Amino acid sequence: MSIITVRNLTKRFGNFTALNGIDLDVKQGEVFGFIGPNGAGKSTAIRILLGILKATGGEAKIFGKDVWHDAVEIHRRIAYVPGDVNLWPNLTGGEVIDLLVRLRGASHRSRREEFIERFDLDPTKKCATYSKGNRQKVALIAAFASDAELYILDEPTSGLDPLMERVFQECIAEVKAQGKTVFLSSHILSEVERLCDRVSIIRQGKIIETGSLQELRHLTRTNVVVQTARSIPSLAEMEGVHDLQETERGLSFQVDAEQLGDVIAYISQYDIISLECAPPTLEDLFLHHYEEAGGAESC
Amino acid sequence: MLKELFHATGQLVRFILRRDRVRIPIWIVAIVLTTLTVAVALPGLYPTEQERQILAETMRNPAITSMLGPAYGIDNYTIGAMMAHEMLLFSALTVGIMSILLVTRHTRQDEESGRDEMIRSLPVGRLAHITAALLVVSLVNVILGALVGFSLYGLGIESMDLHGSLLYGAVLAVSGIFFAALTALAAQLAETSRGTLGLAFGALIVAYLVRAVGDVSSEPLALLSPLGLVLRTQVYVNNTWWPVVVTLIAGFVVGAFALYLNSSRDLGAGLIPARPGRKFASKFLLSPVGLVLRLQRTAIISWAIGMFVLAASYGSVFGDIESFFSNSELMQLLLPMTEGHALTEQFLTVVMAVLSMLSAIPAVLTVLRLKAEENANRIEPLLARAVSRPSLAGSYLVTAVMAAVVMQLLTALGFWSLTATVMDEPFSFSLILRAALVYIPAIWVMVGVAALLIGCKPRHASFAWFYLGYSFFVIYFGGLLRIPEWLKILTPFGNVPQLPVEEIHWLSLVVLTLAAAILMAFGLRGYRQRDVYG
Ligand SMILES: Nc1ncnc2c1ncn2[C@@H]1O[C@H](COP(=O)(O)OP(=O)(O)OP(=O)(O)O)[C@@H](O)[C@H]1O
Ligand SMILES: [Mg+2]
Repeated sequence: MSIITVRNLTKRFGNFTALNGIDLDVKQGEVFGFIGPNGAGKSTAIRILLGILKATGGEAKIFGKDVWHDAVEIHRRIAYVPGDVNLWPNLTGGEVIDLLVRLRGASHRSRREEFIERFDLDPTKKCATYSKGNRQKVALIAAFASDAELYILDEPTSGLDPLMERVFQECIAEVKAQGKTVFLSSHILSEVERLCDRVSIIRQGKIIETGSLQELRHLTRTNVVVQTARSIPSLAEMEGVHDLQETERGLSFQVDAEQLGDVIAYISQYDIISLECAPPTLEDLFLHHYEEAGGAESC
Repeated sequence: MLKELFHATGQLVRFILRRDRVRIPIWIVAIVLTTLTVAVALPGLYPTEQERQILAETMRNPAITSMLGPAYGIDNYTIGAMMAHEMLLFSALTVGIMSILLVTRHTRQDEESGRDEMIRSLPVGRLAHITAALLVVSLVNVILGALVGFSLYGLGIESMDLHGSLLYGAVLAVSGIFFAALTALAAQLAETSRGTLGLAFGALIVAYLVRAVGDVSSEPLALLSPLGLVLRTQVYVNNTWWPVVVTLIAGFVVGAFALYLNSSRDLGAGLIPARPGRKFASKFLLSPVGLVLRLQRTAIISWAIGMFVLAASYGSVFGDIESFFSNSELMQLLLPMTEGHALTEQFLTVVMAVLSMLSAIPAVLTVLRLKAEENANRIEPLLARAVSRPSLAGSYLVTAVMAAVVMQLLTALGFWSLTATVMDEPFSFSLILRAALVYIPAIWVMVGVAALLIGCKPRHASFAWFYLGYSFFVIYFGGLLRIPEWLKILTPFGNVPQLPVEEIHWLSLVVLTLAAAILMAFGLRGYRQRDVYG
């Protein structure tokens, strides 16, 4: 069952097109990663899903309901954490958590305590004196302490230390185990790699790739490092071989997924001493897509 | 669907009350106490009917009308009539300022900082937050009105009956509600809280000016301004209620329009989409002073235009004043010319004092911007570069000091442009210029006070506004309320020679300038030594 359905969604600010016909399908119970370079339109898409920006065109639904018209109805069942958490300076963290949890409806004292403890937050401090990471924790606690069916997280860990980052990942795993759905936008690719079942890559307002990591990997090159007893002639000319380099561990190169079989068969004729094949990391994938599509704009 | 738009308004009302549990009572207590203090003092100042009638005669002229609004019940100038005439407009303005500040804080300011995004991601109606803000501020105004009304009646002054007192309170309440709604509308048009405040205060000043010009020369014009309208209640004299009702309805209409705009727009957006700006910083921007000028550019230019228009509007009533005085033998008997100066010249000094205190606002705003930047964590990256604190803070001070000069020049120009056309015997430009420029050292002292606060007591920087408000009260009401001289000496504006009625007194100008320099120096020293929070 689809939790989030987005069809041909477009958003313009004046005459700048931030989203240009994107499609998304997020299924029940999956952790969905949403990645892309700065200014790609991730936060814009999320704000439209939250019904706080109005789409210029296309359709966006959560739980089968329209995100703009039925915002209140939808929001009863979702939790949101922004990347840039700004809080009311003269209220304490505890007060803000209570406010956010109560506005959602149900109040769970024990869960609130549990998460405050897990995220190691001092809830008696005024928000003005919290560090960035601590402000982030306030939003995370408020999100996890309330019962939601869908978690929409926009770079939720951008200020967390590695310890808290781990707590966050545990929380996501628990939520997932309960059959809930997570929509996660992040720049921390290792995090996405570890947590997400499926990923969409967005660039300049367009979705350029969607699929499970497995499927996405298929679209790119595998890293190969090989040592052979005899030198391999004219490997560089073979179809599908890229970036051939001589290293101390042997020959290093990348192979397109379609040609992997042929290339391995070819080099095996030359007495392989050692062979390392590494699937592309998400980072390779990410870079591959941007470079392919014209490279990141220089700053 | 409609109900959904307002979902959780009640909870947000409680939340706003929680956030402002100190701020709101302070406003209410301050306004109620000021009103009561004046009401208690009046019978002592003008104990006999004869004294009141003498005052009444001096009130019956366009100069006073332009400052305080039309006088009602002049034939029988009771304490009540006097109270309403002298205080109602001023109090309505204060209530307006309160409403503007409170509404901005809970609408555009929350939205601008991204806090609204979290609220809106909860099951909260799209209109709940703005509605809650309007409800709270309306409630504050109603409570304020009721307190003022009942406590004025409770003073037991004969001419201040229950009916009139309640009307007095009601006028304050509806004025506040109207400006609250207007601010909610401004918050839909502007993208920043600074812009919202600019629009709303601009509207307040325009309302005051339209009233001033209208009261002097055209009744229908005065009715166009909410401030002019509410004075038509003729509190304690005829007690007319329809202006209260009309203002309230106008407030509802404006508020409903604000809600309508809010319901259909993006969070964070204004009415006008953001335009792309320059790709590279202009050379000019790349110095601390350049940065300050760039940041304050819009504010300073808008204020400069505002001061010109304000001064011109005041100038426009001088024609009426001139002909009134020359035709009124009684006036000439009652107010003997001081050392051969025409009454228009006397009124010129009053207008210049008021305009100069308004000129001080952009100058003080410029200094306080340093604090606002610190609150927004934008000072740290500058100080982390090779910018020293004194040069950074000094840039703000230099800009403020220059702003004072620019404002006074435009005041003189605006004032001259209209008086020259409407008066039979216009003032010379040099006379006007001197009357305006003489106030510059006093404005610098206000700048110095703000600098000292930012350097040494940054948490209480807004005390500068309190001090300016005090100055305004003392100077504006100095004569009417017979405020003792020593209270006037406490404000820099009370120490300025009033050209052209008084001789120019260089010593006081030098002393004021020195005081300003010392205050600024201490401010800079404090700023260099204290922690910068961001
Ligand atoms: N109100 C607005 N007016 C004009 N342009 C806007 C507005 N809001 C966003 N944009 C533009 O839309 C594009 C997408 O912005 P968005 O915030 O969605 O990026 P993002 O993918 O979240 O980036 P990041 O990874 O840096 O958070 C950007 O180019 C941004 O400048
Ligand atoms: Mg973003």
